Amino acid sequence: MRVEISSRRLGSDFVKKVAEISGQDLLACNQCGKCSAGCPMCFAMDLLPNQIIRLAQLGLEEDIAASNTVWLCASCLTCTVRCPRGVDVGRVMEAIRLVTLRKNVDYVGASDIPKDRIGELPQIALVSSFRKHTA
Amino acid sequence: MDLSYYPGCTLKTIAKGLEDSAIASMNALGIRLVELERWNCCGTVYSLAEDDLAHHLAPVRNLIRVKEQGGDRVGTLCSFCYHTLKRANLLVRNDGEKRKTLNDFMEEEIDYNGEVEVVHLLEVLRDEVGWDAIAGKVKVPLHGLKVAPYYGCTLLRPQEVAIDQVERPTIMQKLMEAIGAEAVDFPYATECCGSFQTVGNPDFITQRAWEILSSAMRRGAEAIVLTCPLCHFNLSQRQPELAQKYSDFHGMPVFYFTQLLAISLGIGPEVCHFELSSGEPLSLLKSKKLVS
Repeated sequence: MRVEISSRRLGSDFVKKVAEISGQDLLACNQCGKCSAGCPMCFAMDLLPNQIIRLAQLGLEEDIAASNTVWLCASCLTCTVRCPRGVDVGRVMEAIRLVTLRKNVDYVGASDIPKDRIGELPQIALVSSFRKHTA
Repeated sequence: MDLSYYPGCTLKTIAKGLEDSAIASMNALGIRLVELERWNCCGTVYSLAEDDLAHHLAPVRNLIRVKEQGGDRVGTLCSFCYHTLKRANLLVRNDGEKRKTLNDFMEEEIDYNGEVEVVHLLEVLRDEVGWDAIAGKVKVPLHGLKVAPYYGCTLLRPQEVAIDQVERPTIMQKLMEAIGAEAVDFPYATECCGSFQTVGNPDFITQRAWEILSSAMRRGAEAIVLTCPLCHFNLSQRQPELAQKYSDFHGMPVFYFTQLLAISLGIGPEVCHFELSSGEPLSLLKSKKLVS
């Protein structure tokens, strides 16, 4: 894969927003991969969490937007407690989700959930899902 | 002793068995759980965004209710509620600027400065009742029951809210041993079940449930014991599907820690609401002659 790295991208609004919302220094990550090694949802992700951080460092917003990774993150914070560089990866995932959600785009719609399932799902599941996946 | 108690939404519906068995067990151990007169949903997840204060309002308002009633402590049972209340409390306590903004916005009668302490019931059992005292009150020791403690995420991560060692918790193991059961250690004890992904991606939860349950099964566990209503849902609700897919899987009961505590204290199964659980928990207890 050919990747264009430019100073324009490195200083883009996207990189600034992710850093601001997450409160994290993206460049602290040295790509050790420990976050991905412990991630319980990475079996279903098309990119690994450390790859998302790398793309965010480089400002490659479109590649991140095309990936399902941040939407499958369950905020279990295993990555956060294990990062040897002190990056709160869970916060970076949340920030990237919010950059999309704040454009008024939902990942999960209430009307997409079958009626019989709404009745059986615990309230904590529904509220959490809407909090994480809707604008 | 009285302890202010915040139940949360799910304990009033499908996790009724967690609430009722906790209240009955704590009564038997000399602690009365007193539900807050007024409470609202905790918001379920703690906002991880630096610029999002609005989602901290719900948990902070609950902490104000505790303070209004003259309390300095609140007990929780649901792992989600514990996590959200505990973290919002730490935010208010440690960040003066955000504390001021929240107080100015809420227009509550009183300001909140993080005075209340948020505790999980497991901590109360360990730190105030004590394992030996619990063992001394046991009427029906759960001898012969092999049960795997499953912690999930929100009681242990991040570090500042962990009720025990983050990577190697033993608090439920010690409770199980105090009530006579055999605690089975297994490598998935602190791994996430997939949480709220159960709403949008239920198939992925089936896979998570299988990894967790089959690991416990390989270690010889007959049941899972846990604290969180969402883990309970995810680990039990996918079991019929798993039984169809894997011929060597015949179901594994999932218990709340308070249900096993209540049974061991001789309180009887009525408070456990096993009718709300799948996976035949009552049959397992009957086969061990722990309930009649």
